[in-house]
Amino acid sequence: MKTLSEPVRREALAYLELYPKKEAALLPILHLAQKDFGFIDDEAELAVAELMEISPVMVRAASRFYFMYHHQPIGEFHMQVCQNISCTIMGAETILDHLKNRLGIEAEQVTEDGKFSVERVECIACCDRGPAMLVNEKLHTNLTPEIIDQIIGELDPSRKIK
Amino acid sequence: MPEHILVTRNFQYPDQPELKIALSRGTYEQWKRILSEKISPEDIINEVKTAKLRGQGGAGFPAGVKWGFVPQDTPKPKYLCVNADEGEPGTFKDRALLEKDPHQLLEGIAITCFAVGIHTAYIYMRGEFYDPQRIVQKAIDDAKKEGLLGKDIQGSGFDLEVIIHMGAGAYICGEETALLNSLEGKKGWPRLKPPFPALVGAFGCPTVINNVETISGVPHIMNMGGEAFQKIGTENDGGTKLFGISGHVQKPGLYELPMGTPLKELVFDVAGGVRDGHELKAVIPGGSSTPILKPDELDIPLEFEAMMEAGTMLGSGAAIVLDETVSIPEVFMVMSRFYAHESCGQCTPCREGCTWIYKIARKIYEGNGVPADLDLILDLAPMLDGTTVCPLGAALAAPAIAIVEKFRDEFLGMMKN
Repeated sequence: MKTLSEPVRREALAYLELYPKKEAALLPILHLAQKDFGFIDDEAELAVAELMEISPVMVRAASRFYFMYHHQPIGEFHMQVCQNISCTIMGAETILDHLKNRLGIEAEQVTEDGKFSVERVECIACCDRGPAMLVNEKLHTNLTPEIIDQIIGELDPSRKIK
Repeated sequence: MPEHILVTRNFQYPDQPELKIALSRGTYEQWKRILSEKISPEDIINEVKTAKLRGQGGAGFPAGVKWGFVPQDTPKPKYLCVNADEGEPGTFKDRALLEKDPHQLLEGIAITCFAVGIHTAYIYMRGEFYDPQRIVQKAIDDAKKEGLLGKDIQGSGFDLEVIIHMGAGAYICGEETALLNSLEGKKGWPRLKPPFPALVGAFGCPTVINNVETISGVPHIMNMGGEAFQKIGTENDGGTKLFGISGHVQKPGLYELPMGTPLKELVFDVAGGVRDGHELKAVIPGGSSTPILKPDELDIPLEFEAMMEAGTMLGSGAAIVLDETVSIPEVFMVMSRFYAHESCGQCTPCREGCTWIYKIARKIYEGNGVPADLDLILDLAPMLDGTTVCPLGAALAAPAIAIVEKFRDEFLGMMKN
């Protein structure tokens, strides 16, 4: 049975104070739990339900409804590539293909060493600077294959193009 | 700087998010004036009504009228939810307002809450807005320390807590009642209306929900007066609007223009027209939920009613410009994939309809379409409109009909016989 680490637990309990009903803290606490555990599986859901003293099915409903919660491991560097209209017409498909080739994985997969994962996502609200992607919490815009190579090389020197 | 520049006035200064700098440029002056001169909540609401400030998230409901629906004699607490769940494809204005001028938003929140008698405001921000969250949270903390938010603000006895609530990836939560359910920790399923959120909103209490841009305009109304604000725009749409333009233009970006500016002017003058050596093919004028326009259809003022009369919508003011290199069947496939992905699943016509339309669009895009597929889309799409709790299905239906009718030849050209 998983339990949240002590600092995360304290942070989570502080969220409960921000709302007139404790259930409202569920999304922020799931975000914390995902940071702590890496992803939200059945045990993580139960740990959150236990902490918040709410029913596990309510946690399950939220964790499966919202796309930002992952249910299996993702890479250390999670690359979310926008696939919506503005980015597509500016070349998002080329960017995605280049990423997949460089990393040797398909979208929604993780590299064998656990370093990188790639996910296709919908609009991330920076359409004037497409193609765009998020790498963990950092936004990258006006992407080209060269910029992708640079980003990968910086995150993992062993993958740098010699 | 042209006189009509309001909410983007300080976008050019990278130090604007710092409280001391913002104060030196006049931010919070209206908030302090309201408290020191004891301006009444009724006067503020009347000013916003006179200003003809309309909801800038896409629906265009007059903000002052919305505030007026909140009962004043209720024993329940009241809430403000600022809608920062920006997700309409093509739209990137709220990100800019949050990142570049967070104190302008906080001043707008404070004035709005004072006018409606609210002591807790939630900023519902889309989960992917990591930078905006950090910037706005710091702004809240600084403003609290300075006594501009928090308890007994400026010795007035008025309390206000502002709390950021991060979403977790669901376009539907930009719909105001889905936002409320999401805030309460539930799935983002829209609620049936009535009751409207002004009476039964967050936690069963009266709630005002306004977009980031709407709230950011409020201090300017108090600064210049409702009448002067309205006059910048048109009779029914006061003030300015942020227009985001992306795709194949010379100068993609964010532009603040008076309401009523012709769409043509936005595309050809403000954004510099189509990129060099290319021809305009089409414009999606207000986010992907608004019906597509051909090059000869752009002579329309950018205001809510005029755009509807022209068979499209102002939406979120996010224009996507497509040149001749673009495959319309690909755009349609991408567009319908989005709605199929984002339908919350509550209502059958939307859940099934968006998925079916996407499957047909994909089939055509992959070269396996037959002419009857186009008629099937035209038959199917109207079934998504007006048959559901919220307008997500309709947001695919109208653009689907427009794109198939206006570009039928190009779709047929991708088919074998």
